Amino acid sequence: MRDHTQTIKTVADFRDDYPAFTKEMKQDYTILIPNMLPWHFEILKLVLETEGYRVEVLDNESREVIDEGLKHVHNDTCYPALCVIGQYINALKSGKYDVNKTAVLITQSGGGCRASNYVPLIRKALKAEFPQVPVLSLNFTGLEKGSSVPVTPKLLLRLGYAIFYGDNVMSFYNQVKPYEVNEGEADKVREECVSYVKALFEKGGYLKLKKHSKVILEKFKRVERKQVKKPKVGIVGEIYVKYAPLGNNNLEKFLLSEGAEPVVPALMDFVLYCAVNVLNDAKFYGMKSAATPLFALVYHFLVSRQSMLIRMVKKDGTFEPLHAFEHLRKCADEVIHQGVKMGEGWLIPAEMAALAETGTGNIVCAQPFGCLPNHIVGKGSIRALKERYENENIVAVDYDPSATKVNQENRIKLMLATAKENLEQNKK
Amino acid sequence: MAKLLGIDVGSTTVKLTVIDESGEIIYTSYDRHFSKVKECVLAQLKKLYHQYENDFRVAITGSAGLGIAQRCDIPFVQEVQASFIAIRKYYPQADVAVELGGEDAKIIFITGGSEQRMNGSCAGGTGAFIDQMATLLDVSVSELDELALRAEKVYPIASRCGVFAKSDIQPLINQGAKKEDIAASIFQAVVDQTVSGLAQGRKIGGNVLFLGGPLFFFKSLRKAFQRTLKLSDECAVFPDNAPCFISIGAALYANGGETISLDEVISRLEKIGGGDNVVYGEPLFASREEYDRFIERHKRNDLQFEDIRTYRGDAYLGIDSGSTTTKLILITPECKILYSHYQTNNGQPLEIVANKIKEIYRLAENRIAIRASAVTGYGEDLIKAALKTDFGIVETVAHFKAALYFNPNVDFIIDIGGQDIKCFKVKNHAIDSIMLNEACSSGCGSFIQTFAKAMNMDIAQFASLGLFAKHPVELGSRCTVFMNSSVKQAQKEGASVEDISAGLSSSIVKNAIYKVIRAKTPDELGENIVVQGGTFMNDAVLRSFEKETGKEVIRPAIAGLMGAFGAAYYAMQAQSKDVPIGTLLSPVELERFAYTSLSTNCRGCTSHCNLNILSFADGRKYISGNKCERGAGLKLKSSELDLYAYKYKALRAYGENAEEGKRGKVGLPLQLVMMEQLPFWATFFRTLGFEVVLSEPSSRELYFRGQHTVASDTACYPAKLIHGHIESLLDKGVDFIFYPCESYNIDEFDSVNHYNCPVVAYYPELLKANNERLTDENFVKPYVDLNSGRMAAKTLVKALKKYKVSYFAVKRAMEAGWEELHSFRAKLVEKANEIIYRATRDDIPVAVLAGRPYHVDPEINHGIDKLLVSLGFAVLSEDAVFERAAEVKVNVLNQWTYHARLYRAAEYVSRTENMNLIQLVSFGCGIDAVTTDEVNAILTKQGKLYTQLKIDEINNLGVVKIRLRSMLAAIEEQKSRKEHEGSYAND
Repeated sequence: MRDHTQTIKTVADFRDDYPAFTKEMKQDYTILIPNMLPWHFEILKLVLETEGYRVEVLDNESREVIDEGLKHVHNDTCYPALCVIGQYINALKSGKYDVNKTAVLITQSGGGCRASNYVPLIRKALKAEFPQVPVLSLNFTGLEKGSSVPVTPKLLLRLGYAIFYGDNVMSFYNQVKPYEVNEGEADKVREECVSYVKALFEKGGYLKLKKHSKVILEKFKRVERKQVKKPKVGIVGEIYVKYAPLGNNNLEKFLLSEGAEPVVPALMDFVLYCAVNVLNDAKFYGMKSAATPLFALVYHFLVSRQSMLIRMVKKDGTFEPLHAFEHLRKCADEVIHQGVKMGEGWLIPAEMAALAETGTGNIVCAQPFGCLPNHIVGKGSIRALKERYENENIVAVDYDPSATKVNQENRIKLMLATAKENLEQNKK
Repeated sequence: MAKLLGIDVGSTTVKLTVIDESGEIIYTSYDRHFSKVKECVLAQLKKLYHQYENDFRVAITGSAGLGIAQRCDIPFVQEVQASFIAIRKYYPQADVAVELGGEDAKIIFITGGSEQRMNGSCAGGTGAFIDQMATLLDVSVSELDELALRAEKVYPIASRCGVFAKSDIQPLINQGAKKEDIAASIFQAVVDQTVSGLAQGRKIGGNVLFLGGPLFFFKSLRKAFQRTLKLSDECAVFPDNAPCFISIGAALYANGGETISLDEVISRLEKIGGGDNVVYGEPLFASREEYDRFIERHKRNDLQFEDIRTYRGDAYLGIDSGSTTTKLILITPECKILYSHYQTNNGQPLEIVANKIKEIYRLAENRIAIRASAVTGYGEDLIKAALKTDFGIVETVAHFKAALYFNPNVDFIIDIGGQDIKCFKVKNHAIDSIMLNEACSSGCGSFIQTFAKAMNMDIAQFASLGLFAKHPVELGSRCTVFMNSSVKQAQKEGASVEDISAGLSSSIVKNAIYKVIRAKTPDELGENIVVQGGTFMNDAVLRSFEKETGKEVIRPAIAGLMGAFGAAYYAMQAQSKDVPIGTLLSPVELERFAYTSLSTNCRGCTSHCNLNILSFADGRKYISGNKCERGAGLKLKSSELDLYAYKYKALRAYGENAEEGKRGKVGLPLQLVMMEQLPFWATFFRTLGFEVVLSEPSSRELYFRGQHTVASDTACYPAKLIHGHIESLLDKGVDFIFYPCESYNIDEFDSVNHYNCPVVAYYPELLKANNERLTDENFVKPYVDLNSGRMAAKTLVKALKKYKVSYFAVKRAMEAGWEELHSFRAKLVEKANEIIYRATRDDIPVAVLAGRPYHVDPEINHGIDKLLVSLGFAVLSEDAVFERAAEVKVNVLNQWTYHARLYRAAEYVSRTENMNLIQLVSFGCGIDAVTTDEVNAILTKQGKLYTQLKIDEINNLGVVKIRLRSMLAAIEEQKSRKEHEGSYAND
């Protein structure tokens, strides 16, 4: 309450001691990061390495990972936390790492959803068996001051660019893979492109975003493709299960095997979404801070880069460009208020609307079982979207350690059956 | 041209259809597969031999058909798609089709924008659900149907999943509600689930087609659907071929495919083996010898017997009237067993107990004096009232007593019964903490039982199959519904019944250890573990437990009777030495014992609790189902020490004496954020000149009224309930409903941020998107941050543009609102102070019922506050005491206003004598997954007990009562220990 400012006299501290990640540790600690987006993260890893960190992207995805997660995470905690923590503990137990010289890293958005609590949850989970392992936070809102990656403008820029490149590779790959004539060619090109981008960050030159993106585009363009029509299926949802194969039971692969073209919106959209929420807070509630103009600066810079890339892809004409973020915001305004900013918030309905506009009405809305914001922005907004976009064909799929793959795939197949039927009708 | 063959492999049945060249259906078959999917399909296919020519076009469908289709290389069609195809051919006039299968429920909207829906992963009801419920009532499914037709009333039963429904039904059974009525309630629950879970805002109307086995076989289910959806006989279509309908669709789909011979189909099917999608565990026993050693070791923990036919002297009787089973034991003062009995209660615990006591009297032939008797378990109140036992004790106490007898050093007890898992940690010979399973993770004994029945076996037979399974399947460790689908998947992959049996045993154990106890390592459990409960009578479960924990544990041979034994043992110790004979009905009284049962509604207050009144032959009455004493015909205990009641009443008062407003009528839905901010908004609008109308008080009926607009059935109950509040306001004819979206709650300066949870913050968006009656005109949901003063005022001016309110008027109204909110909070704190004062003066224990502001709604908390008062507590709320606390630093990111209050309330309680904290958690509240551990840590650090109650739409306080009584017992135990220590210190 407003006049509630009477100072609280005493402080009761119930915090446990956790090791912080100190500057010195940077020298000889290996930092484990969970694998959310395989190709993006390979590039991001390199970016962190050029900052002097020793980084390892985890690729353990066996059943034991989930079992460790189940053991160490509260029943009702969301699935991404379970996957990530499972991966850490499984890796620490594997003997591959010196547990006295290992740290784990996680991003933190600082939003009003549980995800901001991953850092403490991970600490709690590690406490029983690996109390010496520090948790390192990567965030842009000043959380976890004692144990976070110092974010310099240069690092920010490099991370941003890495995401742009990653998004390009992902988008072109997804548009080529379902149609490739020679099996495996698209994957080969993807490998090539990732190496190409990595070299840019190692040797310099990554700043020429347009030039190098064009090179990547050309590489994918050269892949021989069949002239067939396949149903396009968009993937939206909670950030982890949307992208991570461990989180969504290899959804992209499944869609490919079912003869569909997966359409995965850009990771950059999520970054911009987080940034714009800070600006929206200022606009709606007058919550301005010293950092607000900075966020505005970064936001406008990134949006301008994004527009440039979209123009380039449009001009070339081969591939469908990624969504323009400002357009996504307009799409959002049609169905939901931009004030919905927790979790993936308004971005989910915005993406569903934008996908429908560009002919991808078939959508898998992936969410962890019991995800709070998704009640509203996922399942809750489907009806409004259907009213607006006739061809919207959405299936909401819950991901959970015990939800069976068969169950999920059965529902996705139902959506695909409708998708294929719609495709047939459109042909006529 | 070849005939068309459709094969539908469902979760429980296999259906076949043949359509001839002219499009006529010439053959259908339907059979349960008892998990032997491949064999069943083959058997049915072989029947086709010689009937028709050998060539067919084939398609497979069904939830269990995918794997088979893939491996046989036969076209597959998704089952909803298949029924869609068939509907379009045979019932083009249908508007909606509802299809219930073994484990899936589907709705297909055909006209008005076609749409196909399936149940989500948490709504595992339907056919399997009905089976499960029939097992619970110990009738066949067709008997269940018959029973329901004769019902007189319907009880509300949670319909979201089988586990939930069970915890609603069990108390009804135990209270002696009529089977007929329960049966009808079960079918009604299926209907409600379909309407709320699947239709989600779309009306089911027009010509409705009902498909699938359950809807074909169960008349009561059909009637319930017709009644609920208000369909005329013409509009409700129940096709004769409903059970096989999907296979018809599959056959139609096969048209256009390749022709293959029946021989080819059969030979491909025969060749398929197990898949690789299933994870297998280790066998339970490596060898027969290992098994023998195991059996030998456990034989040691046995009680001795004494012959009831010859014994002369005193005896003590213990009765455990459990949720699914009834147990009796009669012991000598030396704890030798004279008599014992264990059986499923078949829904009639009272008859069974009465008959068995008669038998005991008969066998005892006046040689034995029953000096004392005690009863425990779900049926405690009923049995105690009916048969006049000397004592009634909480289950937890009974089990602890029994375990103490077997191992005085016991430090951990785990009891897995039919429906509950109970675990206690013991410190200093007293219960230190209690863990009970929550409604949702109760993967317990009755699950194995239901499963065994589905396999046509009895439970012992089924469980023992797993002992020597070579490759037990890993089935996950969550709730039974999830296990069901895991089992389904395993079966599809060709796992044997043995492997599944072993897998079930181990998942029950894993569920207990990792989900209920939440142990990170087995060492946390302790050194001296006693396991008990009927489920542990299965060696496979016991072995799984030892394997998982890596410890040798004690399982008394009477593991299934421990509750009863504990009760008897308690009775022995508690009975005063000079009482020669207990109060139990004498043989003569027992012969005359009879009762009649009547169900009615209580008229004591607006809750209208369902009452069950048993009238005994001697004129006594036993009333159950009531939440407060008023229902039981007693005078209500004073609610003066109940802050929850006070606060709710004070909030409702804002809806009274409404004056007509010059600007119009505004409706405020009294749930979620309004439960906190109503004083502000009500005053705000009154000051502006609006008439303020509140939504009706919450009730189950109100929930049902809005149920059809619920979009996500896994959201918390307070959120789902608000749909009804919206309907209520719309029906009251308000000009508009005001319901703000607030990312930020009121800043109380004790958290990093002051967020609302996502559901509280943005639920208006969901309401707007899913309720056709809401428009931009009649539903105003501004995004406002009350802390922002001027910005908030501007936003509100804009939101109320239609009513032309000026900026200054809004500013003034906001100031009035703040003032009112402050004075409301001040009154609340004052009342709390008064309660604390009186409690301290009169030495009454205080319970801080800590949850969210909206938990004061009696429909949300189901009267837990009243229950606490009746148990002798004074009740406070977290928001009335948190200001007494220090600022709290916790491990987690403390960034929600309401949650920060929890931590502070816990801090205050942790250092205050005579105060206890009970945390109320709404089922599905993800954020409380974070807070509960912290609150627990704050309390236990100071040696306080932590009790958590999960609440949902389930209207059953049985489990809650056990918990609270156990807590009370533990508090008293702690207290007396302290006094003890104190007196030592004084020596």
